[in-house]
Amino acid sequence: MSGRLPWVLVVPAVLGLAFLVLPLAGLLVRAPWPTLLERLAEPQVLQALRLSLVTATIATAVCLLLGVPLAWLLARVSFPGRRLVRALVTVPLVLPPVVGGVALLLVLGRRGLIGQWLEATFGLTLPFTTAGVVVAEAFVAMPFLVISVEGALRAADQRFEEAAATLGASRWIVFRRVTLPLIAPGVVAGAVLCWARALGEFGATITFAGNFPGTTQTMPLAVYLALETEPEAAIVLSLVLLAVSVIILSSLRDRWVNSP
Amino acid sequence: MFRRLSRWAIAVPVALALAGLAGCGSGAPATSGTSASASASAGGGAKEVTVFAAASLTGTFTELGKTFEAAHPGTTVKFNFGSSATLAQQITQGAPADVFAAASPATMKTVTDASLASAPTTFVRNKLQIAVPADNPAKVDDLKDLTDPKVKVALCAEQVPCGAAAVKALDAAGLKVKPVTLEQDVKATLTKVELGEVDAALVYKTDVIASAGKVQGITFPEADKAINDYPIATLTKAPAGDLAKQFVDLVLSPQGKDVLTKAGFEGP
Repeated sequence: MSGRLPWVLVVPAVLGLAFLVLPLAGLLVRAPWPTLLERLAEPQVLQALRLSLVTATIATAVCLLLGVPLAWLLARVSFPGRRLVRALVTVPLVLPPVVGGVALLLVLGRRGLIGQWLEATFGLTLPFTTAGVVVAEAFVAMPFLVISVEGALRAADQRFEEAAATLGASRWIVFRRVTLPLIAPGVVAGAVLCWARALGEFGATITFAGNFPGTTQTMPLAVYLALETEPEAAIVLSLVLLAVSVIILSSLRDRWVNSP
Repeated sequence: MFRRLSRWAIAVPVALALAGLAGCGSGAPATSGTSASASASAGGGAKEVTVFAAASLTGTFTELGKTFEAAHPGTTVKFNFGSSATLAQQITQGAPADVFAAASPATMKTVTDASLASAPTTFVRNKLQIAVPADNPAKVDDLKDLTDPKVKVALCAEQVPCGAAAVKALDAAGLKVKPVTLEQDVKATLTKVELGEVDAALVYKTDVIASAGKVQGITFPEADKAINDYPIATLTKAPAGDLAKQFVDLVLSPQGKDVLTKAGFEGP
């Protein structure tokens, strides 16, 4: 397709881009460049970064394990109340993350509905543990994966699945051998989005898992606390988080997420 | 194929936008006018005083704001409650405030150093207490009990005033406590106690009183070594001018002191 670019689209597009990118430019301008390397070398920074990367990755794995089947259920199986279930899946998206954290405490906390039983039966408590961080991140990030995968499933041509079924494949075989390869780009895109959301998660994490260096203090928590006393340190920490996410997301986009 | 996709093409960005909005709401301090009708009914120029105050003053200052509005018909007191450090930053970045009441001299100093306020007065002091859940499951009764590894303890992070005070008090007592979490502010710390997630926490006496029934407060002698001064000042660029000074006068008056001591604050 060629021809003149329609300005009604180009002008808002450029404005939108500026709106998204300018705050990042602000961070770059205000960054304390002369002391940057020195601040980065601090062990707490690396500790928080490592914890963020590890928990976001595990949370994404959990979301894939539970979210892909959930998306399949919503897209391929018709059952009463499906609309309501779909709306419920997106609740963590609209819930303020801090409220999500409180809700998690009420269910999985030491005196929570399930948490109480977990502690009594297995001696397991989630709040204030790294596993708790993963739970908080997965709770907030899973809808991103489910929505992307369900979108991909709805867009995928079902005739391939039908053909496989007529050839005698069971629904599980159809899903594994036909559907999954067909929607792979959608799954990857969803996983990337989910990972990015988990990496930046703040509210649910600090509320449910607390904040302790090495166990539950992820980068966003470190940024928030640094902001209380040392805005410059907060900028440095934000830059690290920003650089890591941009590098990973852009490399993934080129390799995997090129298809629509 | 694309027609099927289109509904999602709309739904996904909308959902993402909502998620973004929700995220913003959690961190930003809430600005709340206590009485919108008072200013509306005043003929001519409605007057407004904007007070930036530490989160721990929410209850008492809201009450004093109503007293002030009653004494000055046609005037509205608007509050911005939040972490003192955040408020100080907002003021130095040019937020249009008339009065600043901080929970620590250090945060007030950021503002006076920028020549945006002068001669702050200490109007109250706040002391730490040990807060335990109403049923005190770990049977905590003094500061030493917090060193028991079986007792789960929450402290404020050292970057916020209640955390700095907790470190001072524990140092004064010569005790080493390993908390399970370092919370971002005193209310978050107290919530962990209210929900029974931790067995004890160090918070302000005023916070314990505000959550009476849900938590129990235990006084300890070392708290005297870590008293927090609350300074208040009118800002040099106060848009409300004289009214700002009158509000500070109310806070410093016997009437103001009465409200503040009832909430658990101590006189300067």
